[in-house]
Amino acid sequence: MKILLQLFWAFFKIGAFTFGSGYAMIPMIEKEVVDRRKWFEKDDFYDQFALASSAPGPFALNTAVFVGYKLKGWWGALFAVMGAVLPSFLIILLIAIYLTGFRGNRYVEAAFKGIRPAVIALIAVPFINMLKRLPWYFMVLGCAVAAVICYLGVSPIWFILAGAITGILVTFFEKPR
Amino acid sequence: MIYLQLFLSYLKIGFFGFGGGYAMLSLIQNEMVTRHGWMTETELADIVAVSQMTPGPIAINCATYVGYTVTGTVWGSILTTLAVSLPPLTLMVLITIFFTKLKNNTYMQGAMKWMRPMICGMIGAAALLFVNGSTFIDWKSYLIFAACATAAWFKVDSILLICLSAVAGILLYL
Repeated sequence: MKILLQLFWAFFKIGAFTFGSGYAMIPMIEKEVVDRRKWFEKDDFYDQFALASSAPGPFALNTAVFVGYKLKGWWGALFAVMGAVLPSFLIILLIAIYLTGFRGNRYVEAAFKGIRPAVIALIAVPFINMLKRLPWYFMVLGCAVAAVICYLGVSPIWFILAGAITGILVTFFEKPR
Repeated sequence: MIYLQLFLSYLKIGFFGFGGGYAMLSLIQNEMVTRHGWMTETELADIVAVSQMTPGPIAINCATYVGYTVTGTVWGSILTTLAVSLPPLTLMVLITIFFTKLKNNTYMQGAMKWMRPMICGMIGAAALLFVNGSTFIDWKSYLIFAACATAAWFKVDSILLICLSAVAGILLYL
C-alpha cells in the first residue's frame, strides 16, 4: 500500500509540474523514478521508455503504466495513471467551467486572436523538424499524407494502419531465407 | 447517446494515438470537427493553446476540456479522460509483459519505420487544418505566425511564446 501511494504521489507531481508535450516530462520522470526512488536502473528505464514512446496513447501515461506495473502489477499501473491524470483533469475542468464565461470578454477575445496563429506555428515547427530527419521518399509521403488528411478529411487511422502493414510486409520480403 | 459516441471517439483517439500529442491532434480534429461537428477548428485551436499553458499532457487536457464543453457536465470530462487512459492501461501493460520479445522484433521495427512518415503527416495535417479564415484574420496574424515560427525554430519556450502572442493580440486587436 505504501508503494501504491508513493507511485500515485510521484506521478501526481509529474502531472502537476510539467507543461506542454509528454516529452517535456522526461527529465522530471527520470529524476523521480530513477534518482530519487531508485525504482529503475537508468539503462532499463531508457529501454522501456523507447517502447513507451512508440506505443499509442499519451506518452506520459504509458510511462506511468510501465513504472507502476513493474513495481506493483495492475494496481501499480492504475495508481500511477490516476496520479498522472488527476492534476490535468482538475485544472482543465476548472478552466472549462470558467473560460466559457470569459468568452464574450473583448480582452480575452483579442488575446486569443493573437494566440491562434502562434499555436499553428508551434505545431508547424515540430512537423518541419520531423520531416527534415526522414529520407526524401518519406518526406514526399509525409507531405502527401498531411494533404490527404487535411483536404479530403480521411481519418488518420487508415494511414497508421497502412504504415504498420506496409512495414510488416516490407520486413517479411526483405528477410533472407 | 452523446456520451457513448464521445467515449468511442476518445477510445479510438487513444488506441491510434501514435507519435505524441501533436500527431494525436489530427485524430482529435478528424473525430471532433470533421466527423461529429462537436466543435469548430477555432475552438480546438483555443483548447490547444490552453493545454500548452497548463500542466499535463496535451491529449489529456484536450480530452477533459472537450468532454466538458460537448456535454456541459463533469461526467462528460470524466468519461473522455477515462477513454483516453484505457489504451495505456491495456496495451502498455501487454507491452511491458512482452518487453524483451518486442524490443528486438524486426517486424515491429519495420512497422515503426513505416509509421514514422504517417505520424509526421498527421502532425502536418494538424497544422494545416488550423489554417483558415478564423485563425488567420488579416496580415497581423501572418506577422504573429512568422515571428512565432522563427522563435520556435530557435527553441524559444512555447509557454513564453503563447504568453507573448496573447499580449501581441491585445495590443494589435483591441
